[in-house]
Amino acid sequence: MPVPDPENLALLARFGPHRAYERDRREAPGADEHLVKTHCCFCGQQCGIQLKVRDDAVVGFEPWYDFPFNKGKLCPKGIKRYLQNQHPDRLVRAYAKDASAREGFRALAYDEAITRVAAEITRIQTRFGRDAFAVLSGASLTTEKTYLMGKFAHMALRTANIDYNGRLCMVSAGAGNKKAFGVDRGANPWDDLLGAEVIFIAGANIAECAPITTDYVWQARERGARIIVVDPRLTPLARTADLFLPVKPGRDVALFNGIVHLMIANDWVDRAFIEEHTVGFDALTAHVAEWTPAHTAEVTGIAEPLIRQAAELWGRAKTSFLMHARGIEHHSHGVQNVLGAINMVLASGRIGREFCGYATITGQANGQGGREHGQKCDQLPGGRDLANPEHRAYIAGVWGIAPEELPQPGVDAYEIFRKVDQGEIRGLLSICFNPLVSLPDNNFIRAMLEKLEFYVAIDFFMSETARYADVVLPGSLHEEDEGTVTQVEGRVIKINKAVPCPGEARQDWVIIQDIARALGRERGLTFASPEAIFDELRVASRGGVCDYSAITYAKIEQQYGVFWPCPDTGPDGEPTPGHRGTVRLFEPGSWNPIARGAGPFYFPDGKARFNLSQYSPPREEVDGDYPIILTTGRVVSHFLSGNQTRRIGPLVDHCPEPRVEVHPRLAEHLGVIDGDWVRVSSRRGECTVQASVVRTIRPDTVFIPYHWAGRKSVNQLTIAAQDPISKIPEYKVCAVKLEKAAAPADRADLEPQQ
Amino acid sequence: MAVASDLHFYVDAARCIGCNACVQACSECDSHKGQSMIQLDLIDALRSPQTAPVVCMHCDSPTCAEVCPADAIKRTEDGVVLSARKPRCIACNNCVLACPFGVPKMNTEMGLMMKCDMCYDRTSVGKKPMCASVCPSQALFYGTREEIERLRPRSQAIQTFRFGRQTITTRVRMLVPREAPARLSVTDGFGDPGIGHEVDEDVFTNIFVGRESA
Repeated sequence: MPVPDPENLALLARFGPHRAYERDRREAPGADEHLVKTHCCFCGQQCGIQLKVRDDAVVGFEPWYDFPFNKGKLCPKGIKRYLQNQHPDRLVRAYAKDASAREGFRALAYDEAITRVAAEITRIQTRFGRDAFAVLSGASLTTEKTYLMGKFAHMALRTANIDYNGRLCMVSAGAGNKKAFGVDRGANPWDDLLGAEVIFIAGANIAECAPITTDYVWQARERGARIIVVDPRLTPLARTADLFLPVKPGRDVALFNGIVHLMIANDWVDRAFIEEHTVGFDALTAHVAEWTPAHTAEVTGIAEPLIRQAAELWGRAKTSFLMHARGIEHHSHGVQNVLGAINMVLASGRIGREFCGYATITGQANGQGGREHGQKCDQLPGGRDLANPEHRAYIAGVWGIAPEELPQPGVDAYEIFRKVDQGEIRGLLSICFNPLVSLPDNNFIRAMLEKLEFYVAIDFFMSETARYADVVLPGSLHEEDEGTVTQVEGRVIKINKAVPCPGEARQDWVIIQDIARALGRERGLTFASPEAIFDELRVASRGGVCDYSAITYAKIEQQYGVFWPCPDTGPDGEPTPGHRGTVRLFEPGSWNPIARGAGPFYFPDGKARFNLSQYSPPREEVDGDYPIILTTGRVVSHFLSGNQTRRIGPLVDHCPEPRVEVHPRLAEHLGVIDGDWVRVSSRRGECTVQASVVRTIRPDTVFIPYHWAGRKSVNQLTIAAQDPISKIPEYKVCAVKLEKAAAPADRADLEPQQ
Repeated sequence: MAVASDLHFYVDAARCIGCNACVQACSECDSHKGQSMIQLDLIDALRSPQTAPVVCMHCDSPTCAEVCPADAIKRTEDGVVLSARKPRCIACNNCVLACPFGVPKMNTEMGLMMKCDMCYDRTSVGKKPMCASVCPSQALFYGTREEIERLRPRSQAIQTFRFGRQTITTRVRMLVPREAPARLSVTDGFGDPGIGHEVDEDVFTNIFVGRESA
C-alpha cells in the first residue's frame, strides 16, 4: 500500500492542521443565540462551561459560574475550544485511501465506507482468526461510548484485542490504587484540599496540565497549608512552594521510601490506623530500612536536609492531601512509584476523612470513566475482570450471551502494534487515538501502520495517524453528542449536545452500530440513544466496584454530578434508587461490595494494603554516548497529540512549536544560548528544536513537550519500555545527547503546527 | 447601568501561573472586537517561571487621559477608564508612553489605542469581567471587599502607588502580603530553593551534570 508523505502539501492543504481564529465565524450574524451547559472537551478536570450556539454553530462560550468544581474558571484550551466547531479541517465525508489522488484520499459515500469496513473485518477475521482484528479506543470518549466500544469488541467482533489510550495515561495509578485500596478512583473531592495542613504534589505540573486545581492549592495555602512539590522542573506551582524537591527523573519511589523510613524512625505514623485498617506494615518497615536519608539523597539527587524536612512536615501533619500525576506514573516502575506514594498516605493514617486526601490527577477528559467499563484489554463493565469467571458470567447475562462467547483478556495498546509486527494482528479499528504522535518510539508505530492490511480510523479531523488509514469515517465532535464522563474527583457529569453533526459525519455510537449491522452482528448493539446505552451500563455496573446503578441523567443534573459508587441496591438487598452517591471514599463505617461491612477498603477483610514499593532504575540509564536525561510532558496551550489544539489559532500562536528546556550550565557546556537550534537524539530517533535556557530544570535533564507530529515529535526519541504491571510506557526518562545544530531547512510552505 | 460600587477588581501577581487564560478570554468579550487587551508579562524566563498579568488599574485621575491631546479617553462615572474613542483618537501614542503601569497599547491596524476596559459591557450589567471569571489561579479576582478579606486572610489590598513625585490612586487593587509569610527554613545546606520570584542559581547545585565526555 503506498504510504502518505507526512509533508504532502496537497494532503495538508485539504485536511490541515490549519489554524482557525475567532474572526472566521463572527461574521455570520443570527438571531437564535442560546447557551448550552456542558463541560470542556479536554482534560480530566472537566470544567463546566456554557457554549454559545447560533444557527447550529458553536460561536463562543460563557462561564458557567454555578458549576461547583470550577465556578466559571477555565484554562486557555477551554476558552478557545469552540473554535474546533465549524473548522475548515472538519471531516464531513468518509474517505478512502487513494494513491492516485494528490491528497492521498478520495471521498466515499458513508454507506459504502461502512460496507467496505465490514467486508474487511469479515475477511481478516475469517482468514486469520477473530483476534487478528484489533480495536484501539480512547479515554476522551463519553462513558457510554467506551462501554459500547468494549461491547462491540468483546461481543460483536469477539476479539481479545481491544485496548485504549488510557494505557498511556491512567493505568499506573489505576493498578497501584487497586493493589493498595482495592478500588481505582481518586479518593476525595477537591474541597478536601481546603483545610489540609500539608499538600504533597509529586510529578504533577498542575499549572499547565490541570490549571483549575491551582486555585484549590492557593486557597488551601490561604488557610495555612504547607506545599511540597516533587519535580525535576521548577514548575509555576513549585515557585512558591514551601519545599521544592528537585528529584532526578525516575527516582520517585526512592524518595517515598525514604520519607516512610523517616516517618517510622521518628514515629510519625498512625499506629492505631495501621493496626485497625491495614495489612503489611511490618514487611514495609523492613523493606524501607535501607532507605536512609543518605541513601535516598544519593539515589534521588535531592539534598538530605530537604528529604528530612519533607518527612517531618508530612509526618507531623494532622491533615494532608497527596496528589500525583504522570510525572511519577510514566515509568517502567510507575506502579511502584504510585505504591510508594500510597504507603506515605497509609502510614500517616490520613485518608477517608475531611481534609485527608489522596488522588491521582486524571489526564484525559474521561480518564476516570474511560477506565472503568470494559474498553481495557482485561476488563468488563463495572470495573470487572475479563479473567474472573463470576464477572464473565454476570456480564454475559446482561448481554444475553454464554460466558464462553466472551474472549479472554487481550494485550495492551503498545503490544497490539508488536503483534502487528509479528503478523498476528492484520486489521485495526481506531477511535479517539492518535498513536503516531502519542506512542513512544513512534517510528516503529509508523512502520506498523504501514504494515496493517486494513486500518479504519474514526475521527473528526484527519489526525496524523488517520493519514495511514484505508478508510476514515467522520465521527462526532464533543459538542455533537451527549453522554456522561467521570472527572478527576470521581464525579459523574453530563456532556450535552449543542449542535448536530455536519454533512455525513455521525455520532460515534451510531457509526459503531452501523458497522455491527453491516457485519450482521448487531445483536445487543441497537441502542437508540446514549441514555439507552447508559441505562444498560447501569445494570452492567450493578454490584461491581464501579457501581453506577442508581445514577440517572436527571440526578446528575439535579446534583451537579454524582460521585460513584452509587448503588441502587443496599447491603441487605433493599432498593436504594435515591442514593446520592459517595463523595469521599474509605470513610469509617462505609460499606462496599467487596468488604461487605468488614472495613472501608475494597478487600474481603476491609483493610488497605501496604505494598513493598521497589525501586529500580529507568530502563535506559545515561552513559557516555547519551549522557543527558530526556523527560517529556505537556504545555498549557495544547492537549495530548494536538489533533484539536493544533487547529486552534490562538493556542498555536501562544505555543507554536516545541522547544527544549536546558539549564544554563548544560547550555554553556554545549555552547548554546537561548533560541539556538539543538539536535536532541536518542538511540531511536532525533528531533531538532530551539533551546529555552532556564534555571528551572535540573542540569542533567532536558524537557520537550510532546504535542507535535512528524519531525517535531519528541516521541521519535522516547523509549517503548513499559511497566510490567500497568504496561504504561516510560515517557519520563530516556537517554539522549544534545548538539548545537543549524536551523532546519526553511520550510516556509509548512505552518508551525504542521 | 453602572458597575456596582461595592464590586472591585483585585490583582495578586504572586498567584499567577502564566497559563494565558486571561489573555485568551479577553478577546472573547463582545466589545473587544476579537482583540486581547490584557498583557501577561514573563518577568525573567531564565531565572523563574514568575509571570504577572497586567490589566488597566483604572486610575482616579488617569494619566493616559490627562496627556491625551484629543480628549479621546473617557473615564466613566463609575470609575472605569475606557479605550480611546475611535472618532477622536489620533494614534499619537502619548497615552502609551505616559501610563506609569504600561497598560495602553496602540493598535496600529485600527489606528486606535485599545486598553482594558474592565469588560465594561459585562461589568456595567452586573457580570464579572472575562479574565477574572476564568482565571484558574484567581490571580485576577472580582468581588466585594468582604469576599476578598474572607478568601485572602494573608493579603492586604493597596490602591495607592507612588511613581517618583506622582502618587496615583486606582480603582483596581493590588494584593500584597499582609506580613512576611511564615516559612520553613529550606536553606539548610542547600541555598534558597526557589522561594520567591527568583530561582537561585544554586537550586540544583548538588546535581551532577551529565558526563564531561558529552
